[in-house]
Amino acid sequence: MAFKIDVQNLNLFYGEKQALFNVSLGLPASQTTALIGPSGCGKSSFLRCLNRMNDVVPNLHLEGKVLLDGKDIYDPSVDVVDLRSHVGMVFQKPNPFPRSIYENVAYGPRIHRLFKDKSALDQIVEKSLTRAGLWDEVKDRLQQAATRLSGGQQQRLCIARAIAVNPKVILMDEPCSALDPIATAKIEELIDELREKFTLVIVTHNLQQAARISQKTAFFHSGYLVEAGETGELFTTPKDERTQGYITGRYG
Amino acid sequence: MIQHIVKAYDEELKKLHDLIRYMGELTLSQINKAIQSIVDRDAELAREVISEDQKINLLEIRVDELATRILALRQPVASDLRTVIASLKISNQVERIADYAANIAKFSLNLQKLPSFEEVEGLPILIEIPKQMIESALIAFEKADLNLAIKVWHMDSEVDKLYKAYLQNLFAAMIADPKNVNPCTQLLFAAKNIERIGDQSQNIAEAVYTMITGKPFQESDLAKNGSKI
Repeated sequence: MAFKIDVQNLNLFYGEKQALFNVSLGLPASQTTALIGPSGCGKSSFLRCLNRMNDVVPNLHLEGKVLLDGKDIYDPSVDVVDLRSHVGMVFQKPNPFPRSIYENVAYGPRIHRLFKDKSALDQIVEKSLTRAGLWDEVKDRLQQAATRLSGGQQQRLCIARAIAVNPKVILMDEPCSALDPIATAKIEELIDELREKFTLVIVTHNLQQAARISQKTAFFHSGYLVEAGETGELFTTPKDERTQGYITGRYG
Repeated sequence: MIQHIVKAYDEELKKLHDLIRYMGELTLSQINKAIQSIVDRDAELAREVISEDQKINLLEIRVDELATRILALRQPVASDLRTVIASLKISNQVERIADYAANIAKFSLNLQKLPSFEEVEGLPILIEIPKQMIESALIAFEKADLNLAIKVWHMDSEVDKLYKAYLQNLFAAMIADPKNVNPCTQLLFAAKNIERIGDQSQNIAEAVYTMITGKPFQESDLAKNGSKI
């Protein structure tokens, strides 16, 4: 199994406090991996290590390796801006820039200089919005403010923005928690389509969602990776009692 | 097992177990009465068994409804999911066993139209192991007892042996006197139903095995684990 991202013996400290304990987890290419676990278990910390979102946190200390296509992203030679064009992120609350729909998607390709001329940029914008399942809804109003879109549309716009720079991996931190069931279903369908081209990692508190959309699931507890495996297996026959307790709602 | 955070969920799962236990108790009583009605030539008792069968059919429907409700509302996973799936299978199998009891009661009525016949004494012996199998299989379900389930599974071969021996007796009786053919035919059908009760109980044991281990039942796994009891 080829891992797009291979995390090896990751220890993460916020000052004195250790947030992750010796976590090793491989994220298979062209699959969605779901990270589940109670609040404060370390799953979001883990996610943020995958594109160095934690770099800005003061007193942060990290040991271990995070290999993207075999290359350690914490190597001093790595350019963080470049890294984030390879590992995109979608957040819990849709956070479009206060600009037009077009500009939101065009922003990434612009700063990474991914196009030759205006028509090439137009193409990137159209392709990204189409992939995010938003094109038909917004094609006649691309210059309209992105903030006027509905919550679900805004989140799909953020996904379009993330995929516009053609990343290898997309990280999602609770991408549906602010959305209604219909908008959620659209994002879930989108995640399933995107996985052909991208490797996805999603943090979710919605266990049914993890079961529906992921192929691999990792359960975190108190900073430890308790159990990771094929999603169908983890939800029918978990090996660890803590996993069993958490997913069946017996966690105390 | 630690309780669920949502208490109503625990209550629903308990209710599922209660319904199946009740189905099992009624079914065992049906079997006892059906056999008794043959030995005592008691037509009234046989008719009671036939009419009571409806109760068990209705219980199966209640298990189906409750299990469907739990699946829809609680979206069970892991051991909870396997318990609900096992409940559906087991209630179906118990209902089938109750049908066999009703069948035996029908053969009882046929037998009572014929002169009394001493080979009927073999039936109470033949039914003993299948009864233990039902009882133990349902305890294994309730207590999630893997060893007990495996033990029940192995008991079926004993039933098959006794069944074949009983058939030999019936054949011998038929050969000895053609007048015996009529009652022997009825007993043969009754014995076949008892043998089927053993098979269905074995199926319950298999459902319990899958519920506990999460793996589909395979005879080869029993040998591999050396868990023959």
